[in-house]
Amino acid sequence: MAFDSRRRIGLWAGATRLASVGAALLASGFAFAVDAPAPLPVVEVARGVFVHYGDVALMSEANAGDIANVGFVVGDEAVAVIDTGGSVLVGARLLAAIRAVTPKPIRFVVNTHVHPDHIFGDAAFLGESPIFVGHKNLPRAMEARGQFYLKAFRGLIGDALIAQVKIVPPTLLVEGEADIDLGGRVLTLRAWPAGHTDNDLTVFDKASATLFAGDLLFEGHLPIIDGNLRGFLADLDALRELPAARAIPGHGQIAGDWHKTVEAEKAYFESLAADVRGLLAKGAPIAEAARAAGQREKSRWQLFDDYNPRNAIAAYSELEWE
Amino acid sequence: MTKLSRRHFSTAILALGVAAPSLARAQAAAPSEETWEAIKGDIFKDRPILDGAGVVALDAPRRAEDAAIVPIGMKVTLPDGDARQLKSLTLVIDENPAPVAGVFAIGADSGVTAISTRVRVNTYSYVRAVAELSDGKLYGVKAFVKASGGCSAPVSANADAAKATLGQMKFKTFAPAADAQAGAAPEAQIMVRHPQNSGLQLDQLTRLYIPPFFIETLKVMQGDALALSLDGGIAISEDPNIRFNYKPNGAKVFRVEAIDTAKNAFANEWPTEKAVL
Repeated sequence: MAFDSRRRIGLWAGATRLASVGAALLASGFAFAVDAPAPLPVVEVARGVFVHYGDVALMSEANAGDIANVGFVVGDEAVAVIDTGGSVLVGARLLAAIRAVTPKPIRFVVNTHVHPDHIFGDAAFLGESPIFVGHKNLPRAMEARGQFYLKAFRGLIGDALIAQVKIVPPTLLVEGEADIDLGGRVLTLRAWPAGHTDNDLTVFDKASATLFAGDLLFEGHLPIIDGNLRGFLADLDALRELPAARAIPGHGQIAGDWHKTVEAEKAYFESLAADVRGLLAKGAPIAEAARAAGQREKSRWQLFDDYNPRNAIAAYSELEWE
Repeated sequence: MTKLSRRHFSTAILALGVAAPSLARAQAAAPSEETWEAIKGDIFKDRPILDGAGVVALDAPRRAEDAAIVPIGMKVTLPDGDARQLKSLTLVIDENPAPVAGVFAIGADSGVTAISTRVRVNTYSYVRAVAELSDGKLYGVKAFVKASGGCSAPVSANADAAKATLGQMKFKTFAPAADAQAGAAPEAQIMVRHPQNSGLQLDQLTRLYIPPFFIETLKVMQGDALALSLDGGIAISEDPNIRFNYKPNGAKVFRVEAIDTAKNAFANEWPTEKAVL
């Protein structure tokens, strides 16, 4: 299902949709250690809006892939989950955190984009039969990358955690904007043009003016380009106009005004782009961009050496076509 | 070109089920010659491959920052007085589903001795460059590349844009650097917009693998003379990009022709003098 108008998806919609999927997975041996996983620590950032801040780190067996921020919003009648973490264990711990707060049904699981640290926990929610929600491009990205991610992340989070992961394609696709209703509480979902990825989705809770920005916002953690640098900059310009009182980034924790996070990201991208354009003008090869571009920003970001070289490569291979 | 087997382009794609366990093993294991021993006879028709140290230089990152765009440089240097020429360069990525990334045939007297391109490396793997000289001898070197896992994947990051720009080309030339030795060769670079879909993705409806869609052959001519041609596989990165040195032969144009697996033909030409940076 795809829609581009502001159709409202009510509570009734999800009840049976995924029951058959859940049954099939149970039949195929879907099982993981659910004996009371410890609830993830969560912060209630606004009434009914809960956030778990993941580590600012690379995914590893030790952190069980708990490196992205995840959250949930509780309405009068139902709950929406925003991202599920980097393993089914993290997803199950998020579910435990939700159940510590409310017994209301989980109607929606929103994936903000395709990256493993945000979607690998999806399978923990299959038993709740929610509607899985994503950008209209998310199913394509899952098809193209899912099997690769399962292989590539085995070495990072280990056999036991990877064995539980299922790539769960969304059944509710968003193009433009769409509202979902939790009963007395409406979340506005917005699908963005290619930026961090080509399937970025944000969630805005009108009641509390809280924006779940996914990986369009990084605080402290170096922002990553896996979509389009110029698109990312344009997305940030549009993002900062949203009427949000607070914003939850995909990584890191914003203490003050979230617009400063936008400015810091833009400063990095603009510095990187300027360096890359300079190298292109000199005829420098892409390998040199990986070493040299963006280095002026190094002291401002965590995980800089882990991600800046590939950002530089992404920027070079995009801007060389200008 | 080609005395070298092209079978790996297609057979390896069909043999995915076989390749998968070896990928998983390679991720964890130290470098191993096992895969190479199994495939080299097929790729090079059991011809002996001499140690290429000192003849072939292979520039590859030890850790691939982006598994989808791994810059690779290959350069052949022959001692003074060695009259042999470079005839072909074969780039092999042992642990990729289709190990032969590309075979570059070099035009006689083209002056091409160095080629840089970008490839996908699916997992920890040896990357090998094997040069064939005009006397038929093969010289091989290798480098171990750790693909980074990370969130990069060897597929398009911006699939809509890739569709919209299919087949666009850009051509540049680079004069020798100011500090280069006298007589140093100029370089040229050809870029082609193409998503280079691997065909390894599963269609969720049909449960069949989506057919691969990539540039199969690409030919660069300096006037009427071949500079180089590429028989490429799916490992050549999205938007294939080939940079090479050459000996100017006085021709007025560079011409590039490319054909993809869907038999789309792309061609363009650029005046030589305007192309110089």
